[in-house]
Amino acid sequence: MNNSPTPNPAPAIDKVRAGLARRRAAEKRFRAYGLSGIILGLAFVATLFLSIISQGYTAFFQTEVRLPITFDPALLGIPANAPDQKALSTADYDALVKHSLAELFPKVTQRRERRQLSDLVSGGASFELRGMLLSDPSLLGRQVEVWLPAGDDVDMLMKGHFDRNAPESERRVKDNQIGWLDQLTGEERLVQRFNTTFFTAGDSREPELAGIWGAISGSFYVLLVTLSLSFPIGVAAAVYLEEFAPTNKWTDLIEVNINNLAAVPSIVFGLLGLAVFINFFGLPRSAPLVGGLVLTLMTLPTIIIASRAALKSVPPSIREAALGVGASKVQTIFYHVLPLAMPGMLTGTIIGMAQALGETAPLLMIGMVAFIVDIPQSMFDPATVLPVQIYLWADSPERAFVERTSAAIMVLLAFLIAMNFTAVLLRKRFERRW
Amino acid sequence: MQPTALMIVLLVITSAAYFFGRRRAVSAAGGQPRYLNSLPAYYGFYTSLWSGLPALVVLALWLTLDSSVITHLVVAGLPDELRNLPASRLSLVINDIHNMVSGNVVSRPDDPVMLAAAERYREMRTLSLAALTVVVLALAAAGGAFAWRRIHTDLRARNAVERMVVLVLVGCSTLAIFTTIGIVLSVLFESIRFFQAVPLTDFLFGLSWSPQMAIRADQVGSSGAFGAVPLFAGTLLISFIAMLVAVPVGLLAAIYLSEYAGPLLRAWAKPVLEILAGIPTVVYGFFAALTVAPLMRDWGSALGFHVASESALAAGVVMGIMIIPFVSSLSDDVINAVPQSLRDGALALGATQSETIRRVVIPAALPGIVGGILLAISRAIGETMIVVMAAGLSANLTANPLEAVTTVTVQIVTLLVGDQEFDSPKTLAAFALGLLLFLVTLVLNVIALYVVRKYREQYE
Repeated sequence: MNNSPTPNPAPAIDKVRAGLARRRAAEKRFRAYGLSGIILGLAFVATLFLSIISQGYTAFFQTEVRLPITFDPALLGIPANAPDQKALSTADYDALVKHSLAELFPKVTQRRERRQLSDLVSGGASFELRGMLLSDPSLLGRQVEVWLPAGDDVDMLMKGHFDRNAPESERRVKDNQIGWLDQLTGEERLVQRFNTTFFTAGDSREPELAGIWGAISGSFYVLLVTLSLSFPIGVAAAVYLEEFAPTNKWTDLIEVNINNLAAVPSIVFGLLGLAVFINFFGLPRSAPLVGGLVLTLMTLPTIIIASRAALKSVPPSIREAALGVGASKVQTIFYHVLPLAMPGMLTGTIIGMAQALGETAPLLMIGMVAFIVDIPQSMFDPATVLPVQIYLWADSPERAFVERTSAAIMVLLAFLIAMNFTAVLLRKRFERRW
Repeated sequence: MQPTALMIVLLVITSAAYFFGRRRAVSAAGGQPRYLNSLPAYYGFYTSLWSGLPALVVLALWLTLDSSVITHLVVAGLPDELRNLPASRLSLVINDIHNMVSGNVVSRPDDPVMLAAAERYREMRTLSLAALTVVVLALAAAGGAFAWRRIHTDLRARNAVERMVVLVLVGCSTLAIFTTIGIVLSVLFESIRFFQAVPLTDFLFGLSWSPQMAIRADQVGSSGAFGAVPLFAGTLLISFIAMLVAVPVGLLAAIYLSEYAGPLLRAWAKPVLEILAGIPTVVYGFFAALTVAPLMRDWGSALGFHVASESALAAGVVMGIMIIPFVSSLSDDVINAVPQSLRDGALALGATQSETIRRVVIPAALPGIVGGILLAISRAIGETMIVVMAAGLSANLTANPLEAVTTVTVQIVTLLVGDQEFDSPKTLAAFALGLLLFLVTLVLNVIALYVVRKYREQYE
């Protein structure tokens, strides 16, 4: 038998060389795929922010109309000399606005046109006038120039959200109204000003009167409850699991539970809150207290996991030194380990709070979706929170609520970014590498 | 005394107990703290714990139980014809009494029976508060005095206090278990009541979902259909679309960041991508409903398709965007956990970098990546706000992503938001769906956590 090798084999290097171009191209392609993944991700971030900012920044301004208002007792329907408080607060302030508009546009006589005319000014103008007169009764009988909020359709038109050139039938602001507005602009009676109402008012059906202060107060009370419960409980649980717990079935069970709860859908916590806190314990619906309790249960896993990591990073030598000079275990932990782990725990807590601030779904379950105009004054008052307010406004049909929703989102994101930034700063400033 | 005021008084008493306990310990040692078993402060804590804790426990129990006990007593005192009303009518009467007590508007303001009941309720509440005040203050004083009398130089105050501290720590850590039990029980009870009205098989395998219950028996369309299959299909369709977006983008981004990117890009791109994870879901919902969905509809009609304005596609794509950082950071972790020696070995054999990644790194990291994707799926299934705002309400059984579908979470929200009577099958159905959601995500999480943990152990 002849064992000679196969005649004249192509050297392996030739095979490698033959495939090299293809392989290099594949390498390039793969890199490009990876890069495109990142670029796509970053593009999503950019689109999201751009779309929200471009839709929302105009909400920080509000069109206002300057009207010469005469506080005429005859129009108000109250006695001219020294009317009492009750008469002042129930007087007909709407008539003042209508009268003033009628004087500015004397040609408008038809009933329908008059109504269109009074639509230019917000329905909330009368409340503003009432406030003015109540705080300064000497205005009675005098004429003053007053800046009043314009109606939401006017506001949208002035901000360019409505197309002036669209056919009249498809436009919410009619031709004659545009004419009056142009006249008002010419007289410098129509300007856009910083929208303070948006930051100081509660919810309203009228976009130009709606604000986020009620929702922010609600969020504040909810977070107050959440923070005051979840921080101590979370830290205590982490200390026990990290420093005291023996390794046994019970500890394992606790750990499995914590890891699982961290991944349970938030809406399930809402069901828990509804069944336990509201139906079983009979706590009030829509109250920040219940919201805070639900969010406490939801954020606890986050805080516990972060706190355990912080405790783990404290080197054992610290503990041994303390124990060595005669401290008890509890003393060692409370006087030496906890202070060193505190920055990490606070970071975890802030991140947990940011999560709680942005949470919506469980709060829908416990009735924090009601339409609430009043600013909540305690954690038992019915309230709503900022994300739920966003949800409610996003459902409203008025065009003006779209920009207000975006603006509320910007405020919410500003809070969240500030919180996360604080967390990062805290970590950078106090984190120790041992 | 009002509970809040009582709490403040209790706080004052415990602080006083601290002070007196400490003073007694010091004087028992003749002004020489070194003769004491523990530091003087521990005797103070010891005394205040004895005075505060029992009183606080009684206070908490009393406050949780008293309104139901009083209601029960008031109901027992009602005339027979009111007491024998069906449960739902009776609860209306009770509500009326509660409203009358708190001075709200009621339906029958002049009914003498109701007025008497409200008066009785008010009396009993006053009585209960008075009794509570006496009991709590007596307990606080007695506990404090007991501890105070026990203080002498050999009392192991520190050990007692520390035992208590550890007990509190244990209590806090078991809260996680109680939360789980609470979730299970709260959804389970209502679900069982639901399944008494609607058979389990109808619920799991029924093909039509229209949770209308009749107010009157002869109403048109009075029979509600509770077949959850369309909901599962809708949930899966949207989650699938989300995964189609999130997995490739997230995975590619993670690979590029961990294998190719320089430190500068890594330092910037990673936190920016993680911004996506920090954005509240309601923001994504708004983005999906007002920006993405109209865009898709316009593109669709430009291409000649009919796209529903609440299409599964819009909700799914935006949900995918939300999940990108979740996939990318989990994959990043597992890819980084692959030992460098594996890469070096492949590179030394002459493989290009992409071949190393595709043939060595990814297969090695695969279990971890799969675990991460499972966690991401469980998030997509449980995600609520995006679908509530951007997906539809009508339960279509379809696989066409251009049509509107509804999901489990959307139905839970629509069934429970608004005014409902609490024991109609319609409301209970929400809890059955909640139970299902909890179980599915639980199974996915357990598998995922197990896979990830096993994978970590492999390379540690």
